[in-house]
Amino acid sequence: MSSPVTAAEPAAVPPLPRPDLRARRRSSKGLRRGDVIWGYLLIAPTAIGLLGLSIWPAIQTFWFSFTTWGSFGGHTFSGLDNYMQVVKDPELGRSLLNTFIYTGMTLISIPLAIALAALLNRKGLRGVGVYRTLYFLPVVTLPAAISLVWKLLYNGDFGPVNALLGLVGIPGTSWLSNSHTAIYAIGIVSIWSSVGYNMVLFLAGMQSIPAEYYEAASIDGASKFRQFLRITVPLITPTTFFVAVITVINSLQAFDLVYLMVGPTSPALQSAETVVYLFYEKGIIQSQGGYAAAIAFVLLVLILIITLFQFRVQKRWVHYA
Amino acid sequence: MPDTAVPLRPGRRRAGTSRSSSVLIHALLILGAVIMVAPFFWELMTSLKTFAESTAVPPKIFPASPQFANFSEVFAALPFAVQFVNTVIMTVARTAGQVIFCSAAGYAFARLQFPGRGVLFILFLSVLMIPSQLFLLSQYEIMQAFGLLNTVTALALPGIFSAFGTFLMRQFFLQLPPELDEAARIDGANPFQVFWRIMMPLATNGMLALGVLTAIWSWNDLLWPLVVNNAPDKMPLSAGLATLQGQFLTNYPVLMAGSILASVPMIVLFVIFQKNMLEGIASSGIKG
Repeated sequence: MSSPVTAAEPAAVPPLPRPDLRARRRSSKGLRRGDVIWGYLLIAPTAIGLLGLSIWPAIQTFWFSFTTWGSFGGHTFSGLDNYMQVVKDPELGRSLLNTFIYTGMTLISIPLAIALAALLNRKGLRGVGVYRTLYFLPVVTLPAAISLVWKLLYNGDFGPVNALLGLVGIPGTSWLSNSHTAIYAIGIVSIWSSVGYNMVLFLAGMQSIPAEYYEAASIDGASKFRQFLRITVPLITPTTFFVAVITVINSLQAFDLVYLMVGPTSPALQSAETVVYLFYEKGIIQSQGGYAAAIAFVLLVLILIITLFQFRVQKRWVHYA
Repeated sequence: MPDTAVPLRPGRRRAGTSRSSSVLIHALLILGAVIMVAPFFWELMTSLKTFAESTAVPPKIFPASPQFANFSEVFAALPFAVQFVNTVIMTVARTAGQVIFCSAAGYAFARLQFPGRGVLFILFLSVLMIPSQLFLLSQYEIMQAFGLLNTVTALALPGIFSAFGTFLMRQFFLQLPPELDEAARIDGANPFQVFWRIMMPLATNGMLALGVLTAIWSWNDLLWPLVVNNAPDKMPLSAGLATLQGQFLTNYPVLMAGSILASVPMIVLFVIFQKNMLEGIASSGIKG
């Protein structure tokens, strides 16, 4: 937006004040004293807050991961014990598998969001605002409220999902307490609640595609669907890449829906618990902070590896203008 | 613009497909919207049912007569009023804190030159990339050390500082023409005056976007409140409703009424500030 102004800068700004300013206010290192003092003062609250409540905690958690927590408080150094335990723990293996299933399902929201955004992106379409609001509603709704209603929808005895399936002759189940279906049922809720958010990102990406491309294509007789495949899809790949990275990072940290919809007493917990749920259970409920810290670092490494991998392969499919 | 191509190729077929395809588009979008809204509809209907109606087999869509009393029962069955106040305090504190502090830090990163800026920037960036679970255990111990467990202060505190908010505001300040700063500085204003009197008013859209995003994210935050506060009268609604589900498991109508009352404030906020919020999401998405 500011580019026209910036481009005009050398001509528009008279050359006189600049050298004058440098001579008067800048120290020998080329810095203005006001800049330095106010720079620190303006950054101080957030910098101190983040140092104290994020960066220091991350360092401390790294230390925790090499300790064993006693039942009366106090942490004793235990070397790599926690990490040895992590490798052998079948519960962590299961929770990793569940997390991957959940992540894979959530990624389905990406093609759905692209399709919806493409439909909404049509010039002169009526009611775009209404559709966008409705699709976005789950994003702003309290997860506890979302989970509660979906628990009712999925209920094995009186849930409307089973009633609907019954109409077409498909036998239902107690979706959330059946260990074969729980994580998939949660995954569907995750798709439902993230599709609106992703759609907004894709819509923004599509609106930045120059209209001339479509104009040229339609003069050449390309159908709307062909234009979508040949123009829209390739040109939004930077957005697709970004959304995929964010979706994977967020899904690997899934907790809310699992905690709210399955919970500690469910028979399906083992086949639905995610890595962060396991972290919560070990660290907070069972006070095994050291082991939980190790789980958190395994998760961090996992996120870093997968994200790096995504950045590696992006060259093969992302088209930057 | 593509519409101008239509008169160039005069043919009934094009106009025809365009009309029928727009009907198809609406049909698809409405189908999607129905799927998106159906759970909300079911929530509303359940909140107006009697208990027997809420668990009827086969399920009944509409209540025989709407039970509005379910909504007043929420206040008797759950410590709803207290948790509502806790949620409001937590949300306002985090939102006000982030809007002010992130704007200040974002401006400094965008416009001021000072030693260590690059290092600080990388530190902020690392916070943005680390999963928040990594902070949780230690944050809990910090709250414990300061005697803040089971306080509303503990609910609000870590969420006041945000690396994401700082980046979002930095992006907004970078979009403003630097000539404005320079002119004010030449007139003798110090950086704080430039930030407070000139740049902040121009970044209203950015602050609104950050404010709405922070408010919604705070209101719905679950894991941190579950970790620091286990006393029901110190919980926000997000955790309160979650933990009360077990105790009132069977009373779906009252729980649904409570869910609606707890969700409505953010839905209203979203509908009002939708444009700012979506712009904020889009710009943070694209500029990453």
